[in-house]
Amino acid sequence: MATLEIINVSKSFGRTEVIRDVSLQVEDGELIVFVGPSGCGKSTMLRMIAGLEQVSAGEIWIGGKQVDHLPPAKRGIAMVFQSYALYPHKNVRGNLGFALKHAGVRREEVEQRVNEAAEILELGDLMDRKPRELSGGQRQRVAIGRAIVREPQIFLFDEPLSNLDAALRVHMRVEILKLHQRLDNNTMIYVTHDQVEAMTLADRIAVFRNGRVEQSGTPMELYRKPANDFVAGFIGSPSMNFLNAEWDAQTEKLSAAGQLLDGSVLQQAGIVLPGESATGLKLGIRPEHLSLSPQGEFSGRVQVFENLGGESFVHINPVDDEVLVAKLEGEHNFRPGDNCCLQANPAFLHLFGADGQRLS
Amino acid sequence: MASLTRKLERGRAGLSSLGIHAILIAYSVLALFPLYLILLNSFKSRRGIFGDPAGLPNESTFSTKGYQSVITNSDFPLYFGNSLVVTGVALFFILLFGAMAAHALSEYDFPGSTFIGLYLILGIMVPIRLGTVALLKLIVDLNLANTLTALILVYTAQGLPVAIFIFSEFLKNVSHEIKDSARIDGLSEYRIFFEVVIPLVRPVIATVAVFSMIPIWNDLWFPLILSPGESTRTVTLGVQKFVGQYTVDWGAVLAALSVAVVPVLFMYIIFSKQLIRGITAGAVKG
Repeated sequence: MATLEIINVSKSFGRTEVIRDVSLQVEDGELIVFVGPSGCGKSTMLRMIAGLEQVSAGEIWIGGKQVDHLPPAKRGIAMVFQSYALYPHKNVRGNLGFALKHAGVRREEVEQRVNEAAEILELGDLMDRKPRELSGGQRQRVAIGRAIVREPQIFLFDEPLSNLDAALRVHMRVEILKLHQRLDNNTMIYVTHDQVEAMTLADRIAVFRNGRVEQSGTPMELYRKPANDFVAGFIGSPSMNFLNAEWDAQTEKLSAAGQLLDGSVLQQAGIVLPGESATGLKLGIRPEHLSLSPQGEFSGRVQVFENLGGESFVHINPVDDEVLVAKLEGEHNFRPGDNCCLQANPAFLHLFGADGQRLS
Repeated sequence: MASLTRKLERGRAGLSSLGIHAILIAYSVLALFPLYLILLNSFKSRRGIFGDPAGLPNESTFSTKGYQSVITNSDFPLYFGNSLVVTGVALFFILLFGAMAAHALSEYDFPGSTFIGLYLILGIMVPIRLGTVALLKLIVDLNLANTLTALILVYTAQGLPVAIFIFSEFLKNVSHEIKDSARIDGLSEYRIFFEVVIPLVRPVIATVAVFSMIPIWNDLWFPLILSPGESTRTVTLGVQKFVGQYTVDWGAVLAALSVAVVPVLFMYIIFSKQLIRGITAGAVKG
């Protein structure tokens, strides 16, 4: 249980800057998810918190203590790796107790803590097995158990579910959430590239790109008010539609996909329109905020129709070179080439400037 | 039709596996035949050896005189002990330093690491015997002539390049996350090496051990040059005792050689399972 403060941390490998001046505060008991595309620096940030990489500049504080100069074992953290990183030559019990035994903890206490962790993660029957005799999900449970046994101030997870198959991933996601609650809301930092994991697990999400934190906030904040087009496109599935748009200040109309939208409509969605005419804007509409309507402003031919049963995704071309994806509830049937008319819910429109920043 | 093709394919696969086995068996026979001859003739009298070299010992030719002279020759256990000490200690250093160097090269990125790696492995291409004169001079200067230490040092140097080369290949594949995990558990870099990395590459250790041991055990060159003294002779040099200028006690030579094979064979039997796993690791998904 501890807070984590990252103050102006930078990291470069040779001349390549991977983390650029990141500052972030994690509250006691928070589960924060670092999310971003591969190579965005999220894993490097986690490794610096763990002490596996040195910071090039800046400070890291855990529980009110500066730790950036301490070795990993002295930082009060425990880490769960993507490949589980279990010791293959030790059985489950040996894996769980290894760190404690090494730290010189008394035998009875090691045993007690190992048994407690085994109970929490239901590993009781597997204690004498070697890692190679376990399934992927079981190995991941052992890896998490190894972290629990150390009773760390902060748990670090580095893409822990990426090696599991889809069904197991969903199951383990729930397990981690339950674990977070069972461990009296221990502070956890969770790295993933999967925005669904981020949305479902996080108390707060930090979206990384090119070594910077683009935005951090609760999942719903990021969903409702993405700070820029990158965050808007990253959070939400299927991702947000972007239409090239131009704003005419004289007529107070925004043209996008061959349609003219009234400025007053956009203002209802909280969009602050520029005082002067502007080009290169992007109008963002989430697929779930488009619905079928004969009077809809966006009409076009159906390109692709994905049917999931209870819901479906329809891809249309309102104009050449632009695509709109709409998420439709209930049962529908479209064929490629059919005409389709979509209406956007004006309350959920997003507008981004030429620099990608949100206009609001 | 499909079943016919399948049958044909199976037939072809059977044929090719038959061919492979024929080649392997032929090679085994070729490799084992000299050993068989040595063992066979070591149980024969001198007359039997020359009269019918390939024949089995019979009543008239059977003789354990060779073994008797090896055993009664009081120096032979000494030579045997020398060989064991030299091979054992050199092997220990080769495995220890070879694995440590390979671990350092694969785990830590430091300036010049590529150069050092290449420099260490370069020794594979340059036969150590080319440096015999310089080595002899060095050993004499160090007052190590006619000692087992001299042989141990030279053999360690001789074995390291190949050991580092083989270890590097395998240590590169040891998951970085396991080492990081050990770091978080608070292990020092040395303990990571001994408690986490070494147990993971046990099959490779067996492979390197067998590959390194045989040339050392069999070597005649360096014992002859560096430690020919009576008390420091190794088995291969000791066998020369039975080779006189005018007469050769073939029975004793063959008996001594047969006995000398035993430790190598013994070690191979111990390590063979691990050895095969080491050689095929990576080739087969484990």
